[in-house]
Amino acid sequence: MARIGASVYTSHVPAMGVAMDLNKTGEPYWQPVFKGYEASRAWMKANPPDVVFLVYNDHANAFSLELIPTFAIGCAEAYKPADEGWGPRPVPVVKGHPELAAHIAQSVIQDDFDLTIVNRMDVDHGLTVPLSMLCGKVDAWPCPVIPFAVNVVQYPVPSGRRCYALGQAIRRAVASYDEPLNVHIWGTGGMSHQLQGPRAGLINREFDNAFLDRLIADPAGLAQMPHVYYVREAGSEGIELVMWLIARGAMNDALPRVVHRFYHVPASNTAVGHLVLENA
Amino acid sequence: MALDKPYKDIPGTTIFDAEQSRKGYHLNQFCMSLMKPENRARFKADERAYLDEWPMTEAQKEAVLARDLNRCIALGGNVYFLAKIGGTDGMTFQQIAGSMTGMTEEAYRAMMLAGGRPIEGNRTIGERK
Repeated sequence: MARIGASVYTSHVPAMGVAMDLNKTGEPYWQPVFKGYEASRAWMKANPPDVVFLVYNDHANAFSLELIPTFAIGCAEAYKPADEGWGPRPVPVVKGHPELAAHIAQSVIQDDFDLTIVNRMDVDHGLTVPLSMLCGKVDAWPCPVIPFAVNVVQYPVPSGRRCYALGQAIRRAVASYDEPLNVHIWGTGGMSHQLQGPRAGLINREFDNAFLDRLIADPAGLAQMPHVYYVREAGSEGIELVMWLIARGAMNDALPRVVHRFYHVPASNTAVGHLVLENA
Repeated sequence: MALDKPYKDIPGTTIFDAEQSRKGYHLNQFCMSLMKPENRARFKADERAYLDEWPMTEAQKEAVLARDLNRCIALGGNVYFLAKIGGTDGMTFQQIAGSMTGMTEEAYRAMMLAGGRPIEGNRTIGERK
C-alpha cells in the first residue's frame, strides 16, 4: 500500500527562483534565505520520496479568467515550466505520475470533493520554485510530481476547513493505492504578504509564527480560521496559506516529528516560511 | 439580500471577488495576452491601438495607459494579471507592488528589508491613530 511519509511547507516567492536561475544565492540579500533550506535539501537526499504531491496555486498563467477551477489535479505524463511573461524558468520539465493521480482523483471525487482533472497544463513558479528550493539546481527532478492547483486568486477561495478535510480525503486515497509508494505532500505559498494596493508590503511575523505553531500542534483548530482573518492579518495574498492545510490534513492524526523549521523576512515582498514534518 | 463581504473594511486592499472579476474580465484578458512575445511587441508599438482591440471600458484603457495600477484594480483588475503589464515594461514584482503604495522604489525596498509594512494600524479602515 502507498503511504504519506512526510509533508513539506514552503513559500514559493518567484524572486527565489530568479535568484537561483541567475546564480545570486550567495549575495547578502539571498544568503540567509537559502541557508534556511540547506537542512531540507540534505533531508530530501537522505529521504527521497517516490512521488511528490504538490499543492500550489497558478498565478494567472495556466488558467485565465476564461476558466478557474477551485481544485485541479494534474493527471498528465509531463508539465512544462510556464512562460509567465519573462520567459520560462530554465528548469527541468516536471514528470507526472498519471496512475497515482488518476487513482487519487477517482477516490477524492467519490469522497465529495469536486476536483477538475487536467491533462494539459504548464506549471508556474508556484510549483517550480518549491522544487528548486528543496532539490537545488538539477538536470532532472528527483521523482515524479502530481500538481494540485488550488484557486486562491479569485474569491471566494476554498476555506481552511474545506482544505483540511480535502487533505484527509487525499490521505485515504493514497492509502488505498496498491503499489508501496512513499508519497510526500507539499503545501506551498504564503506566508504573510500583500502585493496590491496602498497596503502592499504588509508582513505580520506574529501571525506567521503562530500559524506555524498551530499547523504543527493544532491543525484542526487552525482550519477553523475564517478567510477574512487571513486577509486582514496576513495580507490579501497571505490567503495562500489555506493550501498548507491540505498537506497537513493528509498527515496522520498523531503529532508529527518536526524535522526543520525556518522563517525569514523578506524575500522580495514576502515573508518566507518553511517546515518539514514527518509522520510519527 | 446583500452578501456578506467582511473584507470591505481592510484599508488599502481590494479583494478580487466574483463581482470584481466580472467587471475586470476584458481588462484581465488583455493583460493575459501580453504573455505572448508578439503581443508584447504590438502593444509596445502602439498601446492605444492595441487596447482598442479589446472591449474594455474607456476608463480601463486610460488606467492602463497611465500605468495606474490602483485604478486598474478598482476597475476589476487583478494583480497577477496586471503584472503582465509590468513584465512588458521590464519591471520586477517588487517594483510592481511598490508602485501602488505611493512610496519611491528605494523607500519600499528599504521598508521590506526592515521587516515590511507593520500590521499595527493596518487592520481596519479608521484604525490608524
